[in-house]
Amino acid sequence: MTSSVIVLIVLGLAVIGYFLGRQRALTASGREGTKLHSLPVYYGQSVALFVAVPALLLLAAWLFLQPVLIEGSVSGKIPDSAVPDGGAKSLVMVDVRRIADGLNLIIAQGGMSEDDLVAMRADVSDIRGRLAEVGVALGSEVSPVVFEAAKEYRSKGLTASLIRNIAVLGVAIAFGYWAWARIQPALRARNISETFVTALLMGSSLVAILTTVGIVGSLLFESISFFNMYPAKDFFLSATWNPQFRGGSDLGFLPLLWGTLYVSFVALALAVPIGLMIAIYLAEYAGRSLRNYAKPAIEVLAGIPTIVYGLFALITVGPFLRDWIAQPLGLGSSSSSVMTAGLVMGIMLIPFISSLSDDIINAVPQAMRDGSYGLGATKSETIKQVILPAALPGIVGAFLLAASRAIGETMIVVMGAGAAARLDLNPFEAMTTITVKIVSQLTGDTEFASPETLVAFALGLTLFVFTLCLNILALYIVRKYREQYV
Amino acid sequence: MTEVTADTTAAVGGPKARSLYQVNERTRRRHASERRFKMMGLAAVIFSIIALLGLMTSILSNGLSSFRQTYITMEVFLDAARLDKAGNRNPADIEKITTFTIQPLLQAALKKTMEDRAVAVEGVDAKKAFELISKEAAAQLRWFVIENPEYIGKSVTFDLLASGRVDGYYKGRVTMESAALDRNISPQQLMLADELKAAGILESRFNWSFFTAPDASDTRPEAAGLGVAIIGSAYMMLIVLVLALPIGVAASIYLEEFAPQNRWTDLIEVNISNLAAVPSIVFGILGLAIFINFAGLPQSAPIVGALVLTLMTLPTIIIATRAALKAVPPSINDAALGVGASKMQAIFHHILPLAAPGILTGTIIGLAQALGETAPLLLIGMVAFVREYPGAPPEGFFDPASALPVQVYNWTQRGDPAFVERASGAIIVLLIFLVIMNAVAILLRRRFERRW
Repeated sequence: MTSSVIVLIVLGLAVIGYFLGRQRALTASGREGTKLHSLPVYYGQSVALFVAVPALLLLAAWLFLQPVLIEGSVSGKIPDSAVPDGGAKSLVMVDVRRIADGLNLIIAQGGMSEDDLVAMRADVSDIRGRLAEVGVALGSEVSPVVFEAAKEYRSKGLTASLIRNIAVLGVAIAFGYWAWARIQPALRARNISETFVTALLMGSSLVAILTTVGIVGSLLFESISFFNMYPAKDFFLSATWNPQFRGGSDLGFLPLLWGTLYVSFVALALAVPIGLMIAIYLAEYAGRSLRNYAKPAIEVLAGIPTIVYGLFALITVGPFLRDWIAQPLGLGSSSSSVMTAGLVMGIMLIPFISSLSDDIINAVPQAMRDGSYGLGATKSETIKQVILPAALPGIVGAFLLAASRAIGETMIVVMGAGAAARLDLNPFEAMTTITVKIVSQLTGDTEFASPETLVAFALGLTLFVFTLCLNILALYIVRKYREQYV
Repeated sequence: MTEVTADTTAAVGGPKARSLYQVNERTRRRHASERRFKMMGLAAVIFSIIALLGLMTSILSNGLSSFRQTYITMEVFLDAARLDKAGNRNPADIEKITTFTIQPLLQAALKKTMEDRAVAVEGVDAKKAFELISKEAAAQLRWFVIENPEYIGKSVTFDLLASGRVDGYYKGRVTMESAALDRNISPQQLMLADELKAAGILESRFNWSFFTAPDASDTRPEAAGLGVAIIGSAYMMLIVLVLALPIGVAASIYLEEFAPQNRWTDLIEVNISNLAAVPSIVFGILGLAIFINFAGLPQSAPIVGALVLTLMTLPTIIIATRAALKAVPPSINDAALGVGASKMQAIFHHILPLAAPGILTGTIIGLAQALGETAPLLLIGMVAFVREYPGAPPEGFFDPASALPVQVYNWTQRGDPAFVERASGAIIVLLIFLVIMNAVAILLRRRFERRW
């Protein structure tokens, strides 16, 4: 029985519980001739909630924890001698899991019975061949220890799933029965079900906290294991980035930081003046009809996925800059460059900055404009000397938010900036950024034991801290500013 | 009085300024600067419009051609002597046919068709002519034979894909000059293709398989399609909707209506606004570390992508929902409470239905964002080459699949320039989906939005 079937059964039970609870309340009130405390639906609802919610929570927690616990207990039984030289236990566990999945497949397809499996021994039968028949390809012959571990993994998984199904259904029925049995006309069913719903609502709002905890936790945990393997001083202060698959890599963070800041600088240098001018023009000069069309258009622009901009950088802007500017001036011959990524990212940020600044400029009270006009200032003088200074904190906030987006932007730099980590001033050279390296170190087959992979988490952590600081600062400034005029 | 005014004017504007109608030097400068400033604003607007147009033309001009595909239509004799040597039409035997067995059939069929129609170009023998047909054609024929063994021994007319170079020739990507330098195609072969086109054997038509076919290998850009990616994206959007909408609405109701004003609530609110600005790639790292590594969910599966995207979409939905709830006037709440409804009843029976259009609009916009998101999906392995369609839900949620934006990225990493066309075409498909979603959101807003 798979977990989706269990979910359906639990939901079915909840529906049945609803009707049973409602029925019980109505009969009880009819028999005793007393009025119900709440509407009949609430009696049904309280039973249904008690059937579904605890059972589903248990199921979710179980699904999450079962693989971890079983893996821990099985991998504890694999002796270190079974781990090949230079490999890691986690790699052996990958094999164990694949073999176990393969065995499940073989049995599901009727190729073998449970008894055959018990008798099957790695040194006697051709396990690799059998597994290949069901589409599970293994890199090497299966050693007896690994095969036994796989068998144990599989049997523990099956037992655990069986216990899980029983436990989940048991919880559903037990809670449901308890909720049903206590129904009597005086039961304050509405209060019960409303308290329950309030708890659910509160639980949902905790998802945001859990996400943050998950992000920080996973980043910190893996970063610490990275810094155990690789000295933090070398990571933060070294100027060479040269990962090697065989170990002995130089994982200096500085070239990536430089690339990130350089690309962001180019992007902001393009986007901030233009975005700001657009906001000013739309807020102060443009007529009502232009505004009505331009504002939603800008919002739609801000919704274009970054992969679109990335492709634009790759196929149009990059070759254009190379053929028309970089090569004639002898500045480089690479189509992916800081300039390519920076310009395209700038275009991406224009709608972001302009819509944020537009709100801020509109929030400046009309009285300040009128006062300035009354003194004889022209529109542009009013904007430059009254509105912009008044809106400055908000604009700085928008600038910081844009900077945080530029630093965290991935697809445009992956497709436009290149992969070479270097410290260089020439904007027509390919450079690389933190996000590009996170992608390149984590895509493909990842092995969670080498510093070359784990460095991505350290990079992610720095990126997260960076953007978090910018965001908090920006939110703080924007909030502070809003209080002034409201 | 008059004298005083005249004096001040003189003092401010200099001795020349006698009348307001006579514009003096300083006023002229100020007006000029005003005009310059306004022009700068207009220039900024025009620049961004040009940038947008450039973006769109670049994508459209590169990608529109991917909606047309060159096909070669010809009759192929399904020789029983080759396809079913035993002659008993045993399905197990037929399944063992390889594309190597089929290629000679195709080659012979093309030769025969060319002879029948008297199409020939000097220097192109039957083997060279066969290179005009995509390598995918043999696989297509193999599937046909396996699924319809009754046709063995008969002649069947097939629409076969032309090779990527021939296709590119009719889309302007391949020219006679570039063909002369190309190992995969020669100018003579292109001339033959022209002859075939004149004879009506080779033609371009709408490329339905672009939407249905799975991805294809590096050497067969002409066969690559978006089928798996569209299914994967659809699965993900479905899960995101099912998870993010209830959780987001529940969280917003709590924060907006029930949460006490204390530090804990403040913490949640700051958290949500920060999550909305966390770089998407960090969510990818979270997915990799928690869902794949810790919880043991499979790589490349829509379920993992959907969970990550759900966490990313939640802040958007929560912010939109809270705005929608706030927009419902308190008088409605008060009236409901006044006639004896509980707080929960007032919210679920009155406020929530009135806020529903706003919530839906926010949800659709959040989904549109999630649909275009690429970076986190790269980290959870959706960039893998997937040819099999995922199964039906719910088991299909755990099968490997691709996603639209990731497929775009994937294609840009390949060598053959034909994949750039495919990638741009895929972007167009993605943008069409986004436009539809945004249009629905705008329509909903226009149709149901109430100003109280």
